[in-house]
This record gives sequence, structure tokens and C-alpha cells, in this order.
Amino acid sequence: MSELYTNTLSEVAAKLRSGEVKAVEAVRACLDRIEATEPKVRALITVTGEEALKRAEAMDAQGPDASMPLWGVPIILKDLLTTKGVKTTCGSKILEDFVPFYDATAVTRLHEAGAVIVGKANMDEFAMGSSTENSAFFQTGNPWDVTRVPGGSSGGSGAAVAAGQCFAALGTDTGGSIRLPASFCGTVGLKPTYGRISRFGLIAYGSSLDQIGPMTRSVEDAARVLQVLAGHDPKDSTSVDVEVPDYLAALGREDLSGVTVGLPEEYWGEGLDAEVEAACRAAVARMEELGAKTVPVKLSLTDYAIATYYIIAMAEASSNLSRFDGVRFGYRDKDAEELIDMYTRSRTKGFGDEVQRRIITGTYVLSSGYYDAYYNKAAKVRRLLREDFEKAFTQCDLIAGPVCPTTAFKAGEKMDPLQMYLVDIFTISLNLAGLPGMSLPVGLGRDSGMPVGLQFMGPAFCEADMLSIAECLERSLGRMSMPEL
Amino acid sequence: MKISPEEVAKIARLARLDLDQDKVELFAGQLGDILAYMDKLGELDTEAVEPLYSPVRHTTVLRRDEVGKDYRREEVLANAPEQDGQFFIVPRIV
Repeated sequence: MSELYTNTLSEVAAKLRSGEVKAVEAVRACLDRIEATEPKVRALITVTGEEALKRAEAMDAQGPDASMPLWGVPIILKDLLTTKGVKTTCGSKILEDFVPFYDATAVTRLHEAGAVIVGKANMDEFAMGSSTENSAFFQTGNPWDVTRVPGGSSGGSGAAVAAGQCFAALGTDTGGSIRLPASFCGTVGLKPTYGRISRFGLIAYGSSLDQIGPMTRSVEDAARVLQVLAGHDPKDSTSVDVEVPDYLAALGREDLSGVTVGLPEEYWGEGLDAEVEAACRAAVARMEELGAKTVPVKLSLTDYAIATYYIIAMAEASSNLSRFDGVRFGYRDKDAEELIDMYTRSRTKGFGDEVQRRIITGTYVLSSGYYDAYYNKAAKVRRLLREDFEKAFTQCDLIAGPVCPTTAFKAGEKMDPLQMYLVDIFTISLNLAGLPGMSLPVGLGRDSGMPVGLQFMGPAFCEADMLSIAECLERSLGRMSMPEL
Repeated sequence: MKISPEEVAKIARLARLDLDQDKVELFAGQLGDILAYMDKLGELDTEAVEPLYSPVRHTTVLRRDEVGKDYRREEVLANAPEQDGQFFIVPRIV
């Protein structure tokens, strides 16, 4: 009999509902798996085993509740979602001992759906990075090859799902931080439309870009988690009041006839690794066999996306991170004798290098004399980038391309910050436009043996269609296997 | 775009960061590269383009003006590095 931890979320949720598996058994399966794999993978900053077992015991005493779609399902959170009474570090020394007094809305919704939180995942400090190497605490290994990075910034979440430590994890995606680790770790990763899920309790990086989303081992699993998370929240005025469709009901389509897939030439050309191209092209060919039509489309501003993104993201970061001043929460340098000095010493000691670099760059592009040349210029290009997508979506239902030009690279390989930023070339335009996207594992690279993710991008609020198309392709290709650990 | 170590130190101070000399030099080089890369936006004509600051239209959301108590003072103060049960305490200001 296969181990419980290898089940998908959908499978384990069904077993929990029928009583075949007890909530305590599901939690123990994950805690055992965490114990077995953590020495190698190091995906988690905090394991909440005791609380999780206590909650599961209480739930078992009541018996399964059919009104709770995730009843008894163990889930892991990226450590920038606030959890009442549980340390929330954001991967930073400055929040090393921060224990929030409220839950993020996404966390509240998971609780209400019956999920059990078993841990909090490692990440790049303040979600700034593409490899999780910027965590202030330790490096996370890719479960497929621990000498390689899991991607970032939600690298701990991706690694935890791939390693079987949980049945789903939440990540956040500001410029690809869900899709990239999903691609590198061979999991499904969905970044919903901006505003689809409340950001209340998400420690902000780039407020006009950040979005929470699920990372799972199947498309159906992602649909189940999105169903729970989606919807308006009075505590986040940017969460939109758009009807939440039945994502599960949308799944199960027979084929892809009637679907037009756009292939942007900018995503399929130069600079793309041969093994990534081969795996992605084979997946697109399969979509054609399933009845999809493919058309070339243009995203002609792709070359400008990274510059636009980093100006906007760093500007927003420099503003958002000004709240870390050593007064209300977080690290304070005790030696400072007056206030400004206390701010400066606390921030200098509390923030890591990449965070400081981004705060300084952000401050620079917002400073008088440079505001128009950088920040405002980027905001204008941002509109052009969105119009690029709008034009493309008049010709197709969905855009497909690779998530990243390469598979997971070796830890320590990219030391130059600018070189690391270039990893995000295919993912960041979508955040600037506020549109939904996802990574679907489509195979292993023939040279590296590492997972390859195919990216789908769609018009605003098309998650139901996107998931149904991805699930049809997933069914045809077969689900991604789990790595040997 | 070249940026001098002095400029980096000045910007850092504005952001309430105090960098040692090695880091100022390192960041000056890296920031120069990053800004040079960002300068490529200058190639695009955006004269007639309205800036887009957020993907959603921000509107003022009103709620009923009702008194409520979401959190207790002890909870809010609990994470403060220094507090006296009523206030956040900071070093002298002037």
C-alpha cells in the first residue's frame, strides 16, 4: 500500500470525509514525513506539530464535517502570512520573534474550511528573491536534487509540497514567486488574478503586485484550495467583489476542442534552454492532439518587463518596509540613545543585504529628481504591458510558454543580483498586468533530470477556464511523480 | 547610469540604513548596473500614456460608522520591544 503522504489533497480529503482516514492520521503522516525529509530539504521555519495534533484530535472527536471542504487536511503556509499565536518571520531577522495577534484572512478561511496548519515555510527574506537563498535563516534544498535551489521566493512551500510534507501549501507571487518554485519543484502553482484573494495579513512587499495562491500536487487540488480562498474581504479594499465560480465543477472537460492557445514568440525564442523548450513544446503538441488550436501572439514589450517590474516592486517595497522601525514590533537595537538612531540601527541590523539593496534602489527611484524618470516612467510602461496582454487575448483564450528559461539551478550559482533578477523574465509581466497564471509540471528536463513547468496566462478572472484546460492536459500527460528522498 | 558611493550613502540615510564603507562601494557598483539596466525604458515613447499604478481601480470603500473592538490593547502591545502596558516606549526624541 502506498504511503498516505503520497496522496493528492483531493484523495486524502475524500478519505477524511468518509472516515477511512482520521484527521490525526493525516496530520501524523505529514509530521512523520517532515521528520524524515527535513534534514535534507529544510523547507520549514516552524513546525506546528503539537497544535496540529491537538486540533486534529478535537476534530476527530466531533467526526467529519461534510460542510468543510478541507476537513482534516494538513497544509503549510509561507511564513509571511500572519498566524495568531504562531511566529511569523517573513524569512527575516527583523521579525525573528514576531508572534502576530491575528490571522491572515487566507488563514482564517483555511481554518473555517477545516484545514490543519502543520508548519510555516522558508522563503526569501520579505519575498525578495528567486531561489530562497535570501532567507535569513537557512537554505532550502530542491527535493529533486538538494544541491539545487527550489526557486523562490515561495521555495519552502514548493519544496514542502514536492516532498510530501503536506497536501497543499500557500505561497505568494509578486513577480513569479509561486510559479517559479512550482516549476522548479514539479508542483502545480496558481497565481490568481490580483484582487481574487484577500491580502489582509500578508506582510506586504509590492502591494500592487502581491497575490496569494495555492501550491499543490494536482490541478484539482489547486481548484479546491482556490475555492476556499477566493472572494471579497472587507479588510482588504483591493480584494474585488466579483462572483466566485465553482472551480471544481469546471473541471473534467473531455478535450481541448474550441480552445485557442497563444504562443508568444518572445517566450519561445532565444535564451530558452533546449531541455525546457523540448518539454514545453511536447506539452503544447499534446494540447494540439487534444484539439486545441495554437496561434502565434506578440508580447512585444517582454524585453522591458524586468526593468519595469523592479522599479515598481522596489519603490513599493521601500515604502512598505518603512513600517519596520523597532517601535511596535520586530527587532530593536537596544544601544541607540535617540529615536532616529534607533530606527537606523534596528533596520541596518535587522534587514539582510538583498532587502537593503531593494530599499535603497526603491528610495532612489522615488526620490525627487528621479521620480519621473524611473517610477512614473515604469508606471506608464506598465499600462503598455497590460495593453499588450489585452491585444493578445483578442486572438486566443490562454497564453502558454515556459515559466523560466532553465530548470532549477545550483545553489550559489547566481551571486550577482541583476543576474538573479533575469530569472523572472517570463513571470513578472503577469503581475504588472494583474492577471492570473499558473505553472503545470509537464516533465523532467532531458539533461538535468529536473522538473519543467509550463506556464499558462489568461485574462482577468479566468481561473475556472485555466484550471479546466490545465486539468485536461494533466490527465493526458499523467501527474508529476514525487522525487525519491 | 553611474551612481557614486556618496550618493548611495545619502540615499541609504534617507531610508534609515547605515552602511559600512565596503557595502557602500559594493552597492554603488550593483546599483549602477541595476539602474543602467532600468534605463532601457527610455527607449519607449510614453509621452501620451497614462501611468498605471495598480491593476484594480481604487475606490473609496465606506463602511458603517460603528464602534467596534477588534483587538485588545495587550495583544497590540505584546510584540513591542518596549512598552508599559499602555504605550509604546521609544528612546528620547529631542
